Amino acid sequence: MSTTTESPESPVSAESPAKDRTPPEGVADEGRIGLRNNLRHIGALVRRNALQIKHDPESMMDVLMMPIIFTLLFVYVFGGAIGGGGAGGDRDAYTNYLLPGMMAMMGLNISMAVGTGINEDFRKGVMDRFRSMPIARSSVLVAKCVVEVGRMLVAIVVLLTVGFMVGLDIDGRWAGMLAGVGLTTLFGASLVWIFMVVGLTMRTAQAVQGISMLVMMPLQFGSSVFVPTGTMPGWLKAFTDVNPLTHVADASRGLMLGEGAVAAPVLWTVVWSVGLTAVTAPIAIAQFRRKT
Amino acid sequence: MTRQDTTDHGRNAVEVRGLVKHFGDTRAVDGIDLDVREGTVMGVLGPNGAGKTTLVRILSTLLRPDAGTATVAGYDVVRQPRQLRRTIGLTGQYASVDEKLSGWENLYMIGRLLDLPRPAARKRADDMLERFSLTDAAKKPVMKYSGGMRRRLDLAASMIGNPRVLFLDEPTTGLDPRTRNEVWTEIKHIVADGNTVLLTTQYMEEAEQLAGELVVFDQGKVIAEGRVAELKARVGGRTLEIRPADRGEVHRVVGALAQAGLDGTAGATADEKRGVVAVPIISDEQLTAVVGLLAERGIALTDLSTHLPSLDEVFLAITGQKATHLAGENETEEVAA
Repeated sequence: MSTTTESPESPVSAESPAKDRTPPEGVADEGRIGLRNNLRHIGALVRRNALQIKHDPESMMDVLMMPIIFTLLFVYVFGGAIGGGGAGGDRDAYTNYLLPGMMAMMGLNISMAVGTGINEDFRKGVMDRFRSMPIARSSVLVAKCVVEVGRMLVAIVVLLTVGFMVGLDIDGRWAGMLAGVGLTTLFGASLVWIFMVVGLTMRTAQAVQGISMLVMMPLQFGSSVFVPTGTMPGWLKAFTDVNPLTHVADASRGLMLGEGAVAAPVLWTVVWSVGLTAVTAPIAIAQFRRKT
Repeated sequence: MTRQDTTDHGRNAVEVRGLVKHFGDTRAVDGIDLDVREGTVMGVLGPNGAGKTTLVRILSTLLRPDAGTATVAGYDVVRQPRQLRRTIGLTGQYASVDEKLSGWENLYMIGRLLDLPRPAARKRADDMLERFSLTDAAKKPVMKYSGGMRRRLDLAASMIGNPRVLFLDEPTTGLDPRTRNEVWTEIKHIVADGNTVLLTTQYMEEAEQLAGELVVFDQGKVIAEGRVAELKARVGGRTLEIRPADRGEVHRVVGALAQAGLDGTAGATADEKRGVVAVPIISDEQLTAVVGLLAERGIALTDLSTHLPSLDEVFLAITGQKATHLAGENETEEVAA
């Protein structure tokens, strides 16, 4: 107690940020957080997530390994057999068919991890700190979404690199490829919000994992991601035709390979992405606010 | 109300009226009134489950009350949460810092979240690490910090924004005595700077060390309040334990004390099982007199010790019964560790 008795204005409080945070006299303090401040908060929280990855590089294993393993698995284990069937003749043709679909799959798989992540995050005291600070509560979730999109982009870069190594041929449609990547991450970002709702609703991380798998499996396989839907029975085809993953995969395929329709799947992808985000993001944010 | 004393000229930094919060059938906070004057330290003493943490969570806008009102720095917890959050700092029972980040990164992040420009946030992080003696560990991930270092970082994080009101929720629960002293020293510095602090604790000693005024919680209700010194007098303050060389002499000791009619010795009790006599200490003079008396009577002793009342004894003194939730204490403490 003896060291700080010289003055109430200790060196620490000399440049008090509290001064800036207290509104001037007579001005009604609405407590609103301006856009610039909000963006700064999101930036600081994105940095937090990025630093977590830096300190714990193993958390990027899924992003780096999943595209490699799945590409090799599908191209070499199934590729010859499937390629010989309905997908256009041979393994190379199947590789071309598969890779744009795999991009959509990466979007789904990586966004899925956000559910368990946010559920675990919530058990930690640091969330209490964020929630008791003068920042928009949504910024914590938005930052998480930004980071997941970043992870998704890394996975897609790895995927395409492996893809080109095993024979992907887009015949110079680079702009189409970029557009495909853009659409996929747009869709992936909308999925992030769904899994955030799951993560914020379930009590345990295990439950989140279970529910997420239940959602993921039918979406992933009941689509045109791995094989064309032509051979599927009518009832299943009815499902795959409305499955957003089919649209995302077909859109990228059209843009990258110049085969099949482009406009319709691109439009559907945008509609799904915007629609899903518009519905699930407010739910996630409301749940985050309410969560104690 | 006992607290309307003459020195009261400051405004209330915290005002709580008829606050209620229940979880299912449990009334965690059951009609609490509380005032914390600006620049003072209010201790909230109580066992686990008494509603201390619930109160802090309501005051820091993490929980909505079911009834009653509460304001912090004049802002209502329900109607003006955003303004309120600009005025508070919170150090929870569980370290509220990011374990994967380094100490510096944590403090810099919080500075940025409090709208400090980059250079100012950097400087503030450096300054706070130095102030809380953490400069050497600045770059280490918090995961590798000891318990005491974590709590100190937590305090530093709460002080980044120079809050007008600081909430400390059991700041030393689960720490060993040495580390506890370390954290107390830091809290005393914060208090010496004139900050308003609301501190919850399970330890009478902690309240005595840090708080000026005290409320005692049990089952979501205030069961006692007043200045720490007043309450100490009520619960008997320190106790002197006398262990005669011959266990059988405990009654002789009690008898001698009663006969001598010294101040406060009427409350002396013999514990045959442990072979000790407990005497409530009222003053240092009394202490000397008791020792002198025993020497005069030629009673051989093997041990003389003084100790502060445990939470158990505080409750016993105030309510005449054991604290209701003390039984579950250990389980919860393990979770916190």
